[in-house]
Amino acid sequence: MNRSVGGTLIAGAGLVGAGIAGAAGAVKWLTSKAEGVPGDRTPRNRWLMVTVNCPPGQFPAAGDLPEPVAKLTDRAEVTIRPAPGDRGTELGMRLLEQPPAGVAGVTARLSGADPRQEIRSALRDAKSLIETGEVIKPDEPTTHPTPAGKLFDFATRRAGGEGRL
Amino acid sequence: MKAVCWEGVNKLGIEQVPDPKILNEQDMIVKVTATVTCGSDLHLIGGYIPAMRSGDVIGHEFLGEVVETGPRVTRHKAGDRVVVCSFISCGRCWYCAHDEWSLCDNSNTNSGIAQAAWGYETGGVFGYSHAMGGFRGSHAEYVRVPFADYGAFTVPDGVDDESAVFASDAVPTGWMGADLGGVKPGDVVAVWGSGGVGQMAAQAAKLLGAGKVIVIDQLPDRLSMAERYAEAETINYADTDVQAELRERTGGRGPDVCIEAVGMEAHSPGPQFWYDQAKQQLRLQSDRPTAVREAIYACRKGGSVFVLGVFGGLVDKFPLGALMNKGLTMRGAQQHGQRYIPMLLGRIAAGELQTRHLATHVMPLDEAPRGYEMFKNKEDGCVRAVFRPGA
Ligand SMILES: NC(=O)c1ccc[n+]([C@@H]2O[C@H](COP(=O)([O-])OP(=O)(O)OC[C@H]3O[C@@H](n4cnc5c(N)ncnc54)[C@H](O)[C@@H]3O)[C@@H](O)[C@H]2O)c1
Ligand SMILES: [Zn+2]
Ligand SMILES: [Zn+2]
Repeated sequence: MNRSVGGTLIAGAGLVGAGIAGAAGAVKWLTSKAEGVPGDRTPRNRWLMVTVNCPPGQFPAAGDLPEPVAKLTDRAEVTIRPAPGDRGTELGMRLLEQPPAGVAGVTARLSGADPRQEIRSALRDAKSLIETGEVIKPDEPTTHPTPAGKLFDFATRRAGGEGRL
Repeated sequence: MKAVCWEGVNKLGIEQVPDPKILNEQDMIVKVTATVTCGSDLHLIGGYIPAMRSGDVIGHEFLGEVVETGPRVTRHKAGDRVVVCSFISCGRCWYCAHDEWSLCDNSNTNSGIAQAAWGYETGGVFGYSHAMGGFRGSHAEYVRVPFADYGAFTVPDGVDDESAVFASDAVPTGWMGADLGGVKPGDVVAVWGSGGVGQMAAQAAKLLGAGKVIVIDQLPDRLSMAERYAEAETINYADTDVQAELRERTGGRGPDVCIEAVGMEAHSPGPQFWYDQAKQQLRLQSDRPTAVREAIYACRKGGSVFVLGVFGGLVDKFPLGALMNKGLTMRGAQQHGQRYIPMLLGRIAAGELQTRHLATHVMPLDEAPRGYEMFKNKEDGCVRAVFRPGA
């Protein structure tokens, strides 16, 4: 399921192979992950996970997590567990509420109001803060406003909260 | 400040853009003194990497002088002459810690786009589309260098700018192909493509002890550089049957290691070219993999194929049967520059690696559009055009 999500976002964002799936792909991307039965936590409401390159012994305790994750703990549960081998520590979050489905889900995703986007960004930011002490900021844009560019901005604005995480 | 911007497919312009600023505590600002055309830019300029926006500053292979450092930069100070790796890497995620720097987890600000295309994203790159972070490129008077302690390297005094600048991208890329391709003493190594990257792969193979290096291209001036600086044998693919030639020159075995340094716009003399180009233009495949196919067919049983050329998406007619039945190992990567750059600068300083001849055309930044025309059409023996923003 996630794979086809990936394949169609490409078309939606106009990245590699643009035009392969076109508009149909964009629609599929928007509605994907939006199906699901109420009360069923998969595939709509899985744990979203990152692995942090920090040994479990040095990993912040649940109460000391970086701010991007800490500020969401009233809306999501948190899991912390050792990763296998030398891979560090796995940090995950899962929404307490059910993410919006159907038309509401599409709207939320488009407007950047799907709570999972916020969680993905929070996990990525927390990982970067623990590993490097900062979250890298994008350069100030030098781009011109063109119609294709607007569509593209739209795709990249969501990109931080999208993905397969 | 002045910068070279992508303005649309095959359209570059010199524009005024705001000066870059320090945005993170580990950033520094570098005043660019030399910045180079790379084969990867041709894929961008030609529109084969669609995550580009009109007005994006391009360029990623560069050298300059540090002018300002963020409060958490400890290894550099204003005035240092540094070469900067084209890939931006944090130095502390699991991938950086395992020397696979281009796979950095923390340097791509648009990870969702590349995750959608490839499953997982790469690290960020200077001037290489929004899928690779949307960072401004180096074809400008100044550039912001994030994670500066990890990505910038002080150039030894005796090494001039035009030799050192290639340690940013072409040299570590070529070296990585030979190193991770597994070149061992006595090996026969074949390299497809005799641009900056292919030539550096050929020199690296030689330095790693290859018994014989064979470089394949159709541009005689580039092939003679490979003969001269990498002591390579050469094959002009326009004149001969590459597969037969390789069999003859390897006692019928085939090369032990095949390095592809051509990329998604490969050319070929046969009908295959028209087939691939038509499919690419109809967007039925995103890349033309001619040299990859050839390398897989030519490789000896149990040998290894390393893909250095950049590919964006899907290819057609991939010889999976040859790969599987011959027991090949195939690998590719964007360059892990931080792993090699200090060692490579040492080798350049010691005269073991020859790089200066790649700078065939040196010109002011204003002339970048002309420089790219020459580089793209391989006019006047252009291997790499070097722009000097200060000049
Ligand atoms: N992996 C990385 O990190 C990395 C870094 C830099 C560049 N690259 C890629 O490496 C490739 C080469 O870069 P470059 O700067 O040397 O480019 P370049 O354009 O200067 O050289 C490419 C060469 O390939 C030759 N060629 C074309 N079709 C061929 C074929 N079928 N067989 C043999 N040779 C053929 C061309 O004549 C040319 O000399 C590009 O795809 C570039 O994007 C990858
Ligand atoms: Zn490059
Ligand atoms: Zn990293």
